Amino acid sequence: MSAAAPPSLPPQASYAEMVGLVADPVLERRPGRLWWIAFGVTLLLTLGFAACLAWLFIQGVGIWGVNTPVVWGFAIANFVWWLGIGHAGTLISALLLLTRQGWRASINRFAEAMTLFAATIAGLFPIMHLGRPYRFYWLLPYPNTMELWPQWRSALVWDFAAISTYIIFSILFWYWGLIPDLATMRDRAHSRLARRLYGIFALGWRGSARHWHRHDVLYRAMAALAVPLVVSVHSVVGMDFAASLMPGWQETIFPPYFVVGAMFSGFAMVLTLAVLLRWGLGLQEIITARHFDAMGKIVLAGSVAMGLSYLTEWFNAWYGGAWIERGHLRFLFTGDYAPLYFAMLVCNVLVPQLLWSGRLRRNLVVAFTVSIVVNIGMWLERILIIWNTLSHTHLPAMRHLFHPTFWDWATLGCSIGVFGCLFLCFARLLPAVAMHDLNKQLHGEKEARA
Amino acid sequence: MRDDLDASAPKDAVAAQLFPPWATLAARIALVSLVVLPLGLLGLLMTLQYTPYITGQSITPDQPVPFSHEHHVGGLGIECRYCHSSVETSRFAGLPPTHTCMTCHSQLWTNAAMLEPVRRSLAEGRPIRWRRVNELPDYAYFDHSVHVRNGVGCTSCHGPVDTMPLMRQAAPLTMGWCLDCHRNPAPHLRPESEIFAGHWAPPPGQEARGAELVRHYGIRTEHLADCSVCHR
Repeated sequence: MSAAAPPSLPPQASYAEMVGLVADPVLERRPGRLWWIAFGVTLLLTLGFAACLAWLFIQGVGIWGVNTPVVWGFAIANFVWWLGIGHAGTLISALLLLTRQGWRASINRFAEAMTLFAATIAGLFPIMHLGRPYRFYWLLPYPNTMELWPQWRSALVWDFAAISTYIIFSILFWYWGLIPDLATMRDRAHSRLARRLYGIFALGWRGSARHWHRHDVLYRAMAALAVPLVVSVHSVVGMDFAASLMPGWQETIFPPYFVVGAMFSGFAMVLTLAVLLRWGLGLQEIITARHFDAMGKIVLAGSVAMGLSYLTEWFNAWYGGAWIERGHLRFLFTGDYAPLYFAMLVCNVLVPQLLWSGRLRRNLVVAFTVSIVVNIGMWLERILIIWNTLSHTHLPAMRHLFHPTFWDWATLGCSIGVFGCLFLCFARLLPAVAMHDLNKQLHGEKEARA
Repeated sequence: MRDDLDASAPKDAVAAQLFPPWATLAARIALVSLVVLPLGLLGLLMTLQYTPYITGQSITPDQPVPFSHEHHVGGLGIECRYCHSSVETSRFAGLPPTHTCMTCHSQLWTNAAMLEPVRRSLAEGRPIRWRRVNELPDYAYFDHSVHVRNGVGCTSCHGPVDTMPLMRQAAPLTMGWCLDCHRNPAPHLRPESEIFAGHWAPPPGQEARGAELVRHYGIRTEHLADCSVCHR
């Protein structure tokens, strides 16, 4: 697709113009009133998140609706949801880099930032749901006076290793890609302070041939490492559930099904952010209809894969013949959460089918709406995986429904605020598009035309 | 040399340099410390847990009366159970009531200033408030009787009490220290006659004797290190 691919950037564009388009909103223009309003609101929500955390640590997990038998509630659903969103960034960067999809240059930088913020927020939730959160470091194997190792059979330990590896790797990968652009910012900034700050983080980048060579070699090597990591981290999340003995969780399909779900919701979030960023920073010439077309196709593929996964789950529950699995299946469609389950199916499987039409894929309103609907659907899916299984346990006498409390909703809502706040800061402080990759792509397209 | 360069160079070229020459060194130091500092801090935290600041090992708390085990046990030969009378039957070894002190001290050193709190305690009918030396956390279940009845002697945990002028915590009392014995008790087991011996070191044939004692006391070693043995 590389050479024959339709161009993603305007044919008359110049290199300097492209750099200006990305760098000027940060260096030349002051943030508008809308930015300040959004920043104020998300900052308040961030403070709200701190309040939620404080109250949680003072009072304990009893402030949430979790109780026997539904001992996993919003916290774990939010964790899986945020980590899923945190998938697309590294996937876009690494997988699309390795498969030479040059159009990724327009979206990879902010998608990676999204990954970083989402994965960090996700990482907080498993710690929050611990009874003794200040003991979270017991998940690490370190020499201690108790002479104890972590329980290697516990999914929590796998989680801890998988998430921390993923977050550290995402930071390094993102930063490594940023270095040449930080140098560009250093050279274009006006105030001495800004030049120095960008300069410090640019690590003395001079853009020599040797610099570029080493940068490319390491960037590609990291991309090759990133792809298995993207697959492994959400597989481990899937195994958190699949390694149990619960009906509806103990399924071999879970790891790949979770990875596909993560890609699906992550790409939907990239679509959401692409629409907002394009409008907010005026990147119409950089993020073009071609990008929405490509991302729409991936979301559509994700939706089809999700539909297939649901079908496989249903089929296996019936085909396996275990009464508890069949009971679980019946509970999905006729139980107390059935309306939410149908809503989830509409959001994840039905609505994205709109994207079969190329015209609708390139329509920003449709793309934006579908992406929001998909992420609502994916959150519903995660909470329903927990609710349906835990509310419908082996012991009929123990079966109870989950009733969310104020703090459940507040923590979820405020975590979205934290994400928004971080992303708004990112958009004002750093180049939201990888300028050097963008111009490499532009060069390729010019060559192809010549 | 550098001054010459600065003086001769055009003003713009000097201003064009964002960073002073020492910035390279600073950057290198920063990069190295980015790795070294967190690792060093973690290493420090990991070491700290083994030190007496955290474990309390060999710390001697102040007591209302400077009671000397060295004098009473080592010198006079009073046996442990004379004062700690419930050690064979209860979770707690027991601290002696003031009457136990007075079996001798109603006759001996009756006017010693050092013993003032003991006489006051008897007169007022209020126990002496000793400070605990060997303290285990509340979530660890510990029973003295099960240990002394199954071959674990006093000094195995409390150290050579008969040489201590003032009582101190002899062992680190960490979970790892408990587990050292719970995972492999044989080297520490004594025959019933030596449980309360003031000084005890494993005899030459301890390896074979220990295995025999495990059988003698009927200790099921395979379950000794289960979580629920101590965390109930």
